[in-house]
Amino acid sequence: MARVGLSKDELERYQAQLGDILEHAARVQALDTEAVPPSAHSLPMVNAFRPDEVEETLDRDEVLDAAPMRHGGYFRAPPFLEES
Amino acid sequence: MSAADLTIAAAGAVLRSGDLSAAGLLDAVRRRIAETEPIVDAFLAMDETGADSAAAAADEAFAAGTDLGPLQGIPLAVKDNMVTRGVETTAGSQILAGYRPPYDATVVERLRAGGAVIVGKTNLDEFAMGSSTENSSFKVTHNPWDTNRVPGGSSGGSAAAVAAGSALGALGSDTGGSIRQPASLCGVVGMKPTYGLVSRYGLIAFASSLDQIGPFARTVDDAVTLFETIAGHDPSDATSYRGDVPQVRADLESGVDGLRIGVIGELAGEGMEPDVLAAFERTVELLSGAGAEIKTLSLPSVEHALSAYYLIAPAECSANLARFDGVRYGLRVDGDNVEQMMAATRRRGFGPEVTRRVLLGTYALSAGYYDAFYGQAQKVRTLVIRDFEQAYAEADVLVSPTSPTTAFCIGDRTEDPLSMYLSDVCTIPSNLAGDPAISVPVGLDGQGLPIGFQILAPALGEPVLFRVARAVEDLANFEARPGLTAGEAGA
Amino acid sequence: MSYETVIGIETHVELKTASKMFCGCPVDFGAEPNTNVCPVCLGLPGALPVPNERAIEWTVALGLALGCRVAERSLFHRKNYFYADLPKNYQISQFDLPLCIGGHLDIETEAGARRIGITRVHLEEDTGKSTHLGESGRIHAAEAALLDFNRSGIPLMEVVSEPDIRSPEEARAYAHELLAIILALGISDARLEEGSVRLDTNVSVRPEGSTALGTKVEVKNLNSLRSLQRTLDFELERQVGILESGGRIAQETRHWDERAERTEPGRSKEESSDYRYFPEPDLVPLAISAEAQERIRASLPELPAQRRSRYLDLGLDNRSARLVAEGENYGDTFDAAVAAGADAKAAANWLTGEVTAHLRRAHMALGDSPLVGGHLAELHAMVKGGELSSTAAKDVLTGVLDGEGTPRQVAEKRDLKQISDASALEAAVDEAIAADPETLDRLRRGDQKIVGFLMGRVMGATGGKADPQKVREIIQERASG
Repeated sequence: MARVGLSKDELERYQAQLGDILEHAARVQALDTEAVPPSAHSLPMVNAFRPDEVEETLDRDEVLDAAPMRHGGYFRAPPFLEES
Repeated sequence: MSAADLTIAAAGAVLRSGDLSAAGLLDAVRRRIAETEPIVDAFLAMDETGADSAAAAADEAFAAGTDLGPLQGIPLAVKDNMVTRGVETTAGSQILAGYRPPYDATVVERLRAGGAVIVGKTNLDEFAMGSSTENSSFKVTHNPWDTNRVPGGSSGGSAAAVAAGSALGALGSDTGGSIRQPASLCGVVGMKPTYGLVSRYGLIAFASSLDQIGPFARTVDDAVTLFETIAGHDPSDATSYRGDVPQVRADLESGVDGLRIGVIGELAGEGMEPDVLAAFERTVELLSGAGAEIKTLSLPSVEHALSAYYLIAPAECSANLARFDGVRYGLRVDGDNVEQMMAATRRRGFGPEVTRRVLLGTYALSAGYYDAFYGQAQKVRTLVIRDFEQAYAEADVLVSPTSPTTAFCIGDRTEDPLSMYLSDVCTIPSNLAGDPAISVPVGLDGQGLPIGFQILAPALGEPVLFRVARAVEDLANFEARPGLTAGEAGA
Repeated sequence: MSYETVIGIETHVELKTASKMFCGCPVDFGAEPNTNVCPVCLGLPGALPVPNERAIEWTVALGLALGCRVAERSLFHRKNYFYADLPKNYQISQFDLPLCIGGHLDIETEAGARRIGITRVHLEEDTGKSTHLGESGRIHAAEAALLDFNRSGIPLMEVVSEPDIRSPEEARAYAHELLAIILALGISDARLEEGSVRLDTNVSVRPEGSTALGTKVEVKNLNSLRSLQRTLDFELERQVGILESGGRIAQETRHWDERAERTEPGRSKEESSDYRYFPEPDLVPLAISAEAQERIRASLPELPAQRRSRYLDLGLDNRSARLVAEGENYGDTFDAAVAAGADAKAAANWLTGEVTAHLRRAHMALGDSPLVGGHLAELHAMVKGGELSSTAAKDVLTGVLDGEGTPRQVAEKRDLKQISDASALEAAVDEAIAADPETLDRLRRGDQKIVGFLMGRVMGATGGKADPQKVREIIQERASG
């Protein structure tokens, strides 16, 4: 899920550390939040929009220069796993 | 005295009086960099050509009578998790080694528009995860006060650069204390604004609801100057505050007479290094002597804040770091197919601390756990916000030591769990609440290492925050400099 | 045992806003790859999304048109999965607080009228596009994947129906009507074949009368109404076949293979269904006020159902009403024609007949042709006034569509005007009669064949332009006296 390419024992090692998370979770669970709404941010804000207007795009060459691999005007990547 | 030791305010004066050109000031700073970098290693990349043209442009503007503002011609450093167009930006990670962004962060644009001279990008813990800068995948930065010690983190490079005089000011980012703690350990001023006052556009995200960009400087006045330049609504950041930026200068010198100062009870005793506690208490007494009313307040939620932070930050970071996959930029480790390539790239490109947090965050968000973990943590955030609001009914500002310890030794990552815990508890609550906070250097410990005094204010409370900080600065009269300068050995 | 089908449809609609959902890049189909990109839609480090106000308004508009309730508070969520065409490896979408909830869509099939529930309408961003470099251009045996992010970030609206649909015909009618509404609102080109609309369907069967739901099979990315219907026909048969032979339906995602004319298992992009949704921390909640809702509601154009109903009232039959209401620009042209005085049925007949045939031959859309409602009114007036026969009117119409000018101008240029002038026609008839001495006698004796013969002579002599009605009258006059 996190796609970090871990080996089996690394995975086991990290899994032990998941215990930390569980501890923090237990602590927050212990609090009474029955009537408490969640807050995503501190200053209450709603409706931050932008108008439907076109703005300058990036220059394609500048963009593809940073690409690990390009193919003409495309980003090039290894093939997708065959899905079946 | 080298011009590299000038404050931004003083430098601004000599630039305008004609006693020094921007090019000359840049030269002085470069000489300081040449002297100190071999030992401090604060920078990851220098922008020689960019800085030269910016200094030249500043001088031309001065000559033409154009005043772009107090940062015109001033050499500054920027933490390497803010994108700078055409200049390598790595976030301290191998996964972005050699990456040159095609755009500037909004804060960088604002610095440039003000005529600032950006000399280079500073070192940090990889993706801003850490509190010593030892997690950088490129190099270790050394504390200018004692080069065997860490500068703090994650903005250790910026703090060290300002302390060493390798920049007159710098930008850092603070998600759980990453500006304030290194400021404390390096004996400089470091400030985290109210969440939303400074645009995050161009800041390589760690935890979106907690990250804020803020200034490092040697004086409170300079920190205000930097803050005023970067703060303000940005239409490119939907979380950017749309109201007016609070006016700070008006009351800056008004002192603390009549103000109510709340000492955070949970952070005023057990676990603090004795010298740190002593410096803290001494400062509080000075404030009292200057007319402030001192009270001790209990904020039990500072502990809950920690657990909430340790659920929210990894969760958000796990999603924010998903984009680093070797497809469009940065490191690519080849694979037979794109899925393998992504996994191999991230495996090689991310350091162990980053990998750990990404995994924990993924776990915290996974099916069945959202409500118990992230969801619950968001509710705890509300409790913390309310707790602080109640405290601010009793006090105009809250205070605590910035860090329970002074700088610890490199490689010696403080193993004392209580100390690490307290370190987090000092700084994390204001990130969770979204409130502004600042660290001001107030003294040295028995080993000559700087101690920081932390002030917290309510959301949009920058005016009272800086006002108290300015008073503390005056009262503490901290004038020490790291012995690194002028060729001397460590203090 | 007889079975009933339970069908739901998810419709993904690319909105034709000027700019993308979360950034200012242009929404421009057919541009060179990776030319409409910026830090935001490329997922570059440090980039942040800001929502497109118009995309939100249009989503609310569709929700209102479908009778939905607009949420007082709505959130964007991150939908997390790794895929190379998804730059951030999460998609900004909506989860449990979508913009619009709980509406309905009324449809008609041969079996009758039905109301299909709408669960929700929500807004998200589209992904980039991948093509594969290799022998066949297909995923299998490809050498490399080529990625184009022009499409990444285009606003994508999703309409989810309740599983109220009970037959492949109903499914088709539902999709047809939904697309007609979307077109009427002007928020998308809604072209299935081009990909600006994509259909997913889920289908299960159960014994008739049962209320328990059977195992659901999903088929994604259908790109025509025909394949939607055929997919459902096939699935119905396949699933019933399995159940009747005692088997169990596998819950899976399948895809429609047009060439093999069957659904096949697999080809699902998302391996894991754990998207780890959490509210997008880079965005703030949406709160669409009652005033904003009213403003949007008031600005809704006439919807297809209302339009069809109005046309029925004008005397059009069901088929014409539907064709004129739904054809792109047909309704507006028709309304303009009627407003300018054209007879409704005549205008409708021309539109659904001659005009449609001509446009099809010329591969043109009505909106791109020179024809306007006023032309039809003029044409109608000329026919009514006897200036044109109905056959000639068709030719004139062709001329107008070909850009030759107004009906009057075309009639002049092509010399199609009918001769109705009494004295000219009388002269022609008299001439034809005089050509042969026996003609008048035969006429007076009531010989009908000679009438036809004379008609032919007169039409020939006038180059087909004589008003046949009048000619016949004159011949009758001569016959009787």
